[in-house]
Amino acid sequence: MFDAKISETTVTQNDIKIAARKVQVYYGEAHAIKDVSVDILDKTVTAFIGPSGCGKSTFLRCINRMNDTIPICRVEGDILLDGEDIYDKRVDPVNLRARVGMVFQKPNPFPKSIYDNVAYGPRIHGLARTKADLDEIVERALRRGAIWEEVKDRLHQPGTGLSGGQQQRLCIARAVATEPEVLLMDEPCSALDPIATAQVEELIDELRQSYSVVIVTHSMQQAARVSQKTAFFHLGNLVEYGDTEQIFTNPVDPRTESYITGRIG
Amino acid sequence: MPLSWIVLGLLAFAMAGFFLGRARATRAVQGDARKLHSLPFYYGAHVFLMTFVSAFGLLVFWMAAQPSVIGWWIGAGLEGEPGAITLQLSEIKRGAAQLLETGTSPYDAASVVGAGAVRYAGMVQAGHLFMVVAVVLVALGGFFVSLRQVSGEFRARNSVEASVRGLLIGASLIAILTTVGIFLALIFNTIEFFRIYPASQFLFGTVWQPSSGGGAMQPLGLLPLLWGTLFISAIALAVAVPIGLFAAIYLAEYATPRFRNTVKPLLEVLAGIPSIVYGLFALLTVGPMLLKVFGSGGLGWMQGASSVMTAGLVMGIMLIPFVSSLSDDIINAVPQALRDGSYGLGATRSETIRQVVLPAALPGIVGAIILAASRAIGETMLVVFGAGAAGRLSANPFEAMTTVTAKIVSQLTGDSDFTQPEVLVAYALGTTLFLVTLGLNLLAQKIVAKYREQYT
Ligand SMILES: Nc1ncnc2c1ncn2[C@@H]1O[C@H](COP(=O)(O)OP(=O)(O)O)[C@@H](O)[C@H]1O
Ligand SMILES: [Mg+2]
Repeated sequence: MFDAKISETTVTQNDIKIAARKVQVYYGEAHAIKDVSVDILDKTVTAFIGPSGCGKSTFLRCINRMNDTIPICRVEGDILLDGEDIYDKRVDPVNLRARVGMVFQKPNPFPKSIYDNVAYGPRIHGLARTKADLDEIVERALRRGAIWEEVKDRLHQPGTGLSGGQQQRLCIARAVATEPEVLLMDEPCSALDPIATAQVEELIDELRQSYSVVIVTHSMQQAARVSQKTAFFHLGNLVEYGDTEQIFTNPVDPRTESYITGRIG
Repeated sequence: MPLSWIVLGLLAFAMAGFFLGRARATRAVQGDARKLHSLPFYYGAHVFLMTFVSAFGLLVFWMAAQPSVIGWWIGAGLEGEPGAITLQLSEIKRGAAQLLETGTSPYDAASVVGAGAVRYAGMVQAGHLFMVVAVVLVALGGFFVSLRQVSGEFRARNSVEASVRGLLIGASLIAILTTVGIFLALIFNTIEFFRIYPASQFLFGTVWQPSSGGGAMQPLGLLPLLWGTLFISAIALAVAVPIGLFAAIYLAEYATPRFRNTVKPLLEVLAGIPSIVYGLFALLTVGPMLLKVFGSGGLGWMQGASSVMTAGLVMGIMLIPFVSSLSDDIINAVPQALRDGSYGLGATRSETIRQVVLPAALPGIVGAIILAASRAIGETMLVVFGAGAAGRLSANPFEAMTTVTAKIVSQLTGDSDFTQPEVLVAYALGTTLFLVTLGLNLLAQKIVAKYREQYT
């Protein structure tokens, strides 16, 4: 990121981690995200809900510029991270992604050892000076990923040999190893069984202590359990955004109500 | 009756069976096709298959078996040593063939060979007649039996499907059996070679100097040829693997889809150019060019245009599209999720390629390289043109050497006497090649299979 400080700070800015303003996303001709503005808070879990194809993943991928890897994708509008425009020309998306980590829908451990999976980010960004440093970073990340106890005796076996739930927690550990400020999770539990899901949810709640977490989920219960803020998307629009409790008990928009009571989607 | 007539007649008869069977099925249910077990087509097909396949199968089998049966019959009546009998028999066959074709025998009918030829020709004609009768009977039998089977309840679809499966099994059996046959022919002739030539002299000999009629004393050492083969292949791989791999990485990871979609088919066309064309290129272009630089006018390391370097370079060029096309497929098969995971951690494109994509693709790429190596080892035309003719054990890549394949060609061209070691050695060389490439292919298959396991 560049060093220029943005002067006009508001009173609540401390709490706002990510501010999106009038974001539009196009895939070729298709308009996938329409005029979305939202403030995502620090040290908070924000859930994105909405029917399939409404643009949750697309919007999530805007926040760490993963959409740059899709040639036909075009993003307009501003997204500010700590007040700095992440789509500014001076921002290197590669550095941005080290600050905004991502966990994907399907666990995608690299075909390397468990240790090397977690050490991948720190090695690339030169976070460890010595082998001992790196060992420590890996252990801390695996502990935060709530998987240390299960893998500490097999750190040098392939990560692909773990069960689905373990793989996903390994991927979370891999993402936190680079010490990101924001963690984006795109349906992280959709490939997991209920027990692994509960473990990951517990983990998300712990991660909230240090990060701003944004999670896409298809499960209302999950959104209600883990998040403090909820955003409801529909056909590329952000329909409603507010406290999770309010969204689930007293939605303002009729579309939100239809969705959470199961009438659309 | 000529063969084509028999086959055409059979086909026509079976086609008639098809229509009759179909009509009979429809009639059996008074035109209400829903009452049939199978679609009417299957009843026709059942009659067709029962008529044609059985008769045609008999025809093929008869034609394959008849010569050996007659040969055995006639041979049993001859007297003398086994070798002499074989010789007499082949003359009898030649005489009989001429007799059948022109009506006159080249041999005196009173001599053993002449009488044999007459008998042989007679048996061939009789056999042919019997065959036609048998084929017609079988066709008629199949026709009537299958036609009688046709009724509303008859499960024609199942029966046709069973026949189709039989055909498929037959095809795969032919593929397997011919391979086994080739292998056995190689092995038996190799054993024959080792009976008249010491195995250790072949396997460990360092000189290759066949001389016509030299017997077991002539030096037929495998090592210089194997060395030439491996040396040329190594140079070819040293050229093809880095260039092909880098081209594949560019195509798979950096190129725009439009560029990739144009270049990939072009590469595949290049991979299909016959190797003799590359051989000409080696002989007429690359060799003279190298000679200019490394020959007596230049550095003085090279005597003639043919050299290990010439053949190796051109073979490398030939293998580039092969390596890059295969590697490109393999790199593309690495799941996008792995790349996304790496980008999501803040890795650049080249870091992602080096540390995630290539390691994930490595087993497949190694498999591709091994396949390229086995092609290089088996390559013939190019080395005949580019490498030279003299077997030599030398570390200088600018010297002419020769390869196992090139020597198989030269030992078998011209007048070959299959009792002499300098001719039979071709089989031993062939077996060597077979074993080397078989080993490489097995290795490649193992590695590729391991690679598949990871992502399923
Ligand atoms: N790579 C892509 N190329 C073209 N269209 C895409 C691509 N990814 C998503 N889309 C389209 O964008 C819309 C939003 O998709 P997505 O963000 O994946 O929805 P969600 O995650 O809410 O299910 C869909 O209509 C989808 O077809
Ligand atoms: Mg999605």
